[in-house]
Amino acid sequence: MTTNILEMRSITKTFPGVKALQNVTLEVARADIHAICGENGAGKSTLMKVLSGVYPHGTYDGDIVFEDEVVEFRDIRDSEARGIVIIHQELALSPYLSIAENIFLNNEVKGGSGLIDWNKTNQEAAKLLARVGLRENPTTKIMDIGVGKQQLVEIAKALSKRVKLLILDEPTAALNDEDSAHLLDLILHLKEQGITSIIISHKLNEIKKIADTVTVIRDGKTIETIAKADVTEDRIIKDMVGRDLEHRYPDHTPHIGDEILRVENWTAHHPQDPNRVVVDNVNINVRRGEIVGIAGLMGAGRTEFAMSLFGRSYGSRISGKVFKNGVEIKTRTVSEAIANGLAYATEDRKTFGLNLIEDIKRNVSMSSLGKLAKFGLVNDNEEFKIANEYRSSMNIKAPSVMAKTGKLSGGNQQKVVLSKWIYSDPDVLILDEPTRGIDVGAKYEIYTIINRLAAAGKGVIVISSELPELLGICDRIYALSEGTITGELPIAEANPESLIKLMTMEKSS
Amino acid sequence: MTDKDKTLTAERPATRIAASLSHIVADLGKNGIFLALIAVVVLFQILTVGILLRPQNISNLIVQNGYILILAIGMVMVIVAGHIDLSVGSVAAFIGAVSGVLIRDAGFDWWLAIVVSLLVGALVGAWQGFWIAYVGIPAFIVTLAGMLIFRGLALVVLGNTNIGSFPDQYRALGNGFLTDLFGEFEVDPFTLIIGVVAIVAYVVQQFRTRSGRQSYAQDVEPFAWFIGKIVLISVAIFAISWALASFKGIPITLIVLAVLVLFYGILTNRSVFGRHIYAIGGNRHAAELSGVKTKKVDFFIFVNMGFLAALAGLVFTARLNLAGPKAGDGFELEAISAAFIGGAAVQGGVGTIAGAIIGGLIIGVLNNGMSILGIGIEWQQAVKGLVLLLAVAFDVYNKRRAGGR
Repeated sequence: MTTNILEMRSITKTFPGVKALQNVTLEVARADIHAICGENGAGKSTLMKVLSGVYPHGTYDGDIVFEDEVVEFRDIRDSEARGIVIIHQELALSPYLSIAENIFLNNEVKGGSGLIDWNKTNQEAAKLLARVGLRENPTTKIMDIGVGKQQLVEIAKALSKRVKLLILDEPTAALNDEDSAHLLDLILHLKEQGITSIIISHKLNEIKKIADTVTVIRDGKTIETIAKADVTEDRIIKDMVGRDLEHRYPDHTPHIGDEILRVENWTAHHPQDPNRVVVDNVNINVRRGEIVGIAGLMGAGRTEFAMSLFGRSYGSRISGKVFKNGVEIKTRTVSEAIANGLAYATEDRKTFGLNLIEDIKRNVSMSSLGKLAKFGLVNDNEEFKIANEYRSSMNIKAPSVMAKTGKLSGGNQQKVVLSKWIYSDPDVLILDEPTRGIDVGAKYEIYTIINRLAAAGKGVIVISSELPELLGICDRIYALSEGTITGELPIAEANPESLIKLMTMEKSS
Repeated sequence: MTDKDKTLTAERPATRIAASLSHIVADLGKNGIFLALIAVVVLFQILTVGILLRPQNISNLIVQNGYILILAIGMVMVIVAGHIDLSVGSVAAFIGAVSGVLIRDAGFDWWLAIVVSLLVGALVGAWQGFWIAYVGIPAFIVTLAGMLIFRGLALVVLGNTNIGSFPDQYRALGNGFLTDLFGEFEVDPFTLIIGVVAIVAYVVQQFRTRSGRQSYAQDVEPFAWFIGKIVLISVAIFAISWALASFKGIPITLIVLAVLVLFYGILTNRSVFGRHIYAIGGNRHAAELSGVKTKKVDFFIFVNMGFLAALAGLVFTARLNLAGPKAGDGFELEAISAAFIGGAAVQGGVGTIAGAIIGGLIIGVLNNGMSILGIGIEWQQAVKGLVLLLAVAFDVYNKRRAGGR
C-alpha cells in the first residue's frame, strides 16, 4: 500500500476545439491537505469534475487510482460511494429546507416502515453539526443562516456520506475572515481524523497557512507540485501566471485634489426589520483623484452602506446627507444617483451587475442609453462603436462586442461592468469587491483601471474583504464595524493589524 | 477598420466563402421560425390542393387572425419583461361589451365609442399594472384574477344579452376593405400600388441599415445573400398584395396590424423604453441598479397590453358584428402560444415582435388549413398543443447546442 490515497495519471480531457487538460498528473497523499492553484480557466475545475465523475469514465484519457485501485466512475454517485465528495463554490443547498433535511437529502434516514424517521434524522444531524462546530438547531432553515454556516452544513453533509477525500472549490471565497478561519481550522481538524482534503483556492495566504502540498496548474498542464516547506506566495504566483509578477499592485502616484463627495450621518435600517440599524451614522469623504478603501468584515454593513447610498437600493428609514463638491445632492433613486455622478459596481456581478443573456454592447450601454438616443431612439451603430472602444481600452477578451456576457470569464465580466459605469461618466465610483473571483492577471488589470480612474480626477471608493488589496491600492482606508466607521487611516499608517483591530471594534454605545 | 475591410475582400476566396456560409447558417438558425412558417404554408398548400393560398383565403387568414396577432404583439412584450397576462381574452370581451353599450345605449358616435373603449382598455391595463408593478403581486395572479373580474364585468355590462348590429364604420375595423379608390378593376390597382410602396420602403430601409452598419465598420451579411433575402421578401409582399387586389382589396385589419407592427417593432428594437424591457427581463436586479425604472416600465407594459387587448376586442366584435359574453374565450392562450412559438423565452429577456407575429401566423395557418381539410376542432386543439410543445422544445435544444445558459 502506497501513501497516496489518490493518483490521477496523465489525465487528458478535450472539449470540441479545446484541450482543457493535457497529461495532468496529481498525487495526493493520505490525510494530506492538498491545494490546487491556477488562474481561472487553467483547468482546476475540469480536473475535479473528472475526478468526481461529472465527466464519466471514457470521456477522458488517463487513469484515476483511488486507494490503490483503478476506478472508473460513471457519475457523481459512484465517486460519492467511494468516499469522494466535492463541495462546489456555489453551494448546493435548498434554502427552504432545514439543515437536517439538506444533510440527508437523497440519503434519508428511514425507520422500519420505510418512511423518514425525523427524530433520528435530526439527532444524527445534530451529531454531525457538533463535529463541524456549528451551533445551530438542525431544524433551522438554510435560508436563515449565513454563507459561512451553510458551508459548514455542506461539510456536515459530506461527513454523513463517510467522506475520505473532500474536495473544496473556493471554500472561503464568500466568507469573511472569521468564518474563513473557522473553516480552515475545521479542515485541519478533519485531517487529524484521517480525512484528506483537496482545496482549490485563489487566496494564497490561506493556502500557505494550511496546505501540506500545492500543485499548480496552468493552461491545462501541471506546472509543479510544491512541498509545504518550499511554498511561497511568489513561487505560486510565478507558476500560475508563467512569469514573475514583481508587483501585484500597479504603481500609483496620487494627485489628490479637493473634496468631491462627502456623506454625513448616513443611517439605514434593515428592510424587513425597520428597527434594526444596519448602517449607523456613517461619515466619509472622498477627494478628487483619491482611492478610498472601506474595510470591514462581512456583515459590517459595507455593501448595505453603498447600496443605500446608491438610490436607496437597500434598506428602510434611510437618513443622512450627501454633498458633491460641497453642494447637497439627492440620491433617492438609482437614476437620480447616476444623474448626480455616482456609480456603484456591485459585488455580485452575475446576480446584480450584468444581463448575462445579452451581449457586451448592450450591457455597456445599459445605464447610459439616454446618451445614445435621439427622440427616444437608440443609435445602434454608435452603441457598437462605443462598446468597441471599451473592448479595446479595457482589454475585454471576447470575439466581438456581440458576445454574450454570460460566456465571459469573471475578469472580463468585471471589465464589462466597469465599462458600463465608466461610460456613464460618474464623478465618484463605488466599487464593491471589484476583484472577487478573478484571477491574478486580471486583478492587476482591474487595479490599473482603478488607478486610471483616479488619475482622471474621479473619486474612487473600493470596498474589499482582502486587506492586502486595500493596502495595495488605496490612499486612505476607513474601517467599518457593525455599521459604524470605527477609524480612518491614511495609507502610510495602515497595516493589517491596525485595520483588523478597527474592523473588530465593538460599538462603544 | 476600413483598411481591414479591404484586406478582407482581398483574402482567399475559400475563407470568404466559409465566412459567408457561417453567416448564412447563423441567419437561418435565427430565422428558423420563419422557415417553419414557410414549411407549414407549403404543407397545407399541398394538403388542401391549393385552396390555402387562394386570394380569398389569404384575405381570410389575415382577417381571422388579426386580433390574435394584435394580442401577440402586446403579449411578447409582457413575456420579455418576465411576466404573463392571462386576462387578455376577458378584457377583449369586456371592451367589446363596453363599446356595444356605448353605441347602443349611450348613443355614442362610432369613433367616439372606439376612442373611449381604447381608453377604458388602457385603464384596465393600468389597474393590473398597478398591482403588478407597485404592489408586487405576481402577474400570473393579478391577471388570473383579471381573467375572472373582466369576464364577470363583461356579463354585467351586457346584462346577459348580446349586442349586435354595429354601425358600418365600426364594423369596417374587422370586416372592411380599402379598395377601388381608382375605380373598379379585375385586379385592384390601388392595392397593388400600396404593395409596391411597401416593397420600396422595405428595400430602402434595408439598404440604409446596411450602409449605416458599414460606415461603422460592422460586420454585414454577404451581398448576394442580402439581395437574395430582399428579393424573396419583396416577391412575397407582391404576391400577397396581388392576391388581396384580386379579392376585395386591403383589409382594414391588415392596415391596423401593419401600423402596430411598425410602431412596436421600432419601440422594442430601437427605443430606450424597449431596451429597458429587455434589460428587465434579462436581469431585473441589474437593470434596477443600472438606473432603469423597473416599476414604471412594468406598469406601462401592462397599460399597453390593456390597450391592445381593447383593440383586439374591438376588431373581434366588429368582425362578428356581435358583442357577446363568450367573446375572446381562449384568446390569451393563443396569444401566449404565438409569443412562445415565435421564440420568446419563458424566463424573459428574449422575444421579438416579428417572432410573435410569425408564431401567430403559424397558429393561424394551422387553424385555417385544418378547417379547410375538415379536421374537427378536437384534433385542431391537440395539433396546436403539440406544435407549441415542439416549437419550444426545438428552441431549447437549439440553445443548448449553441452552449447558452
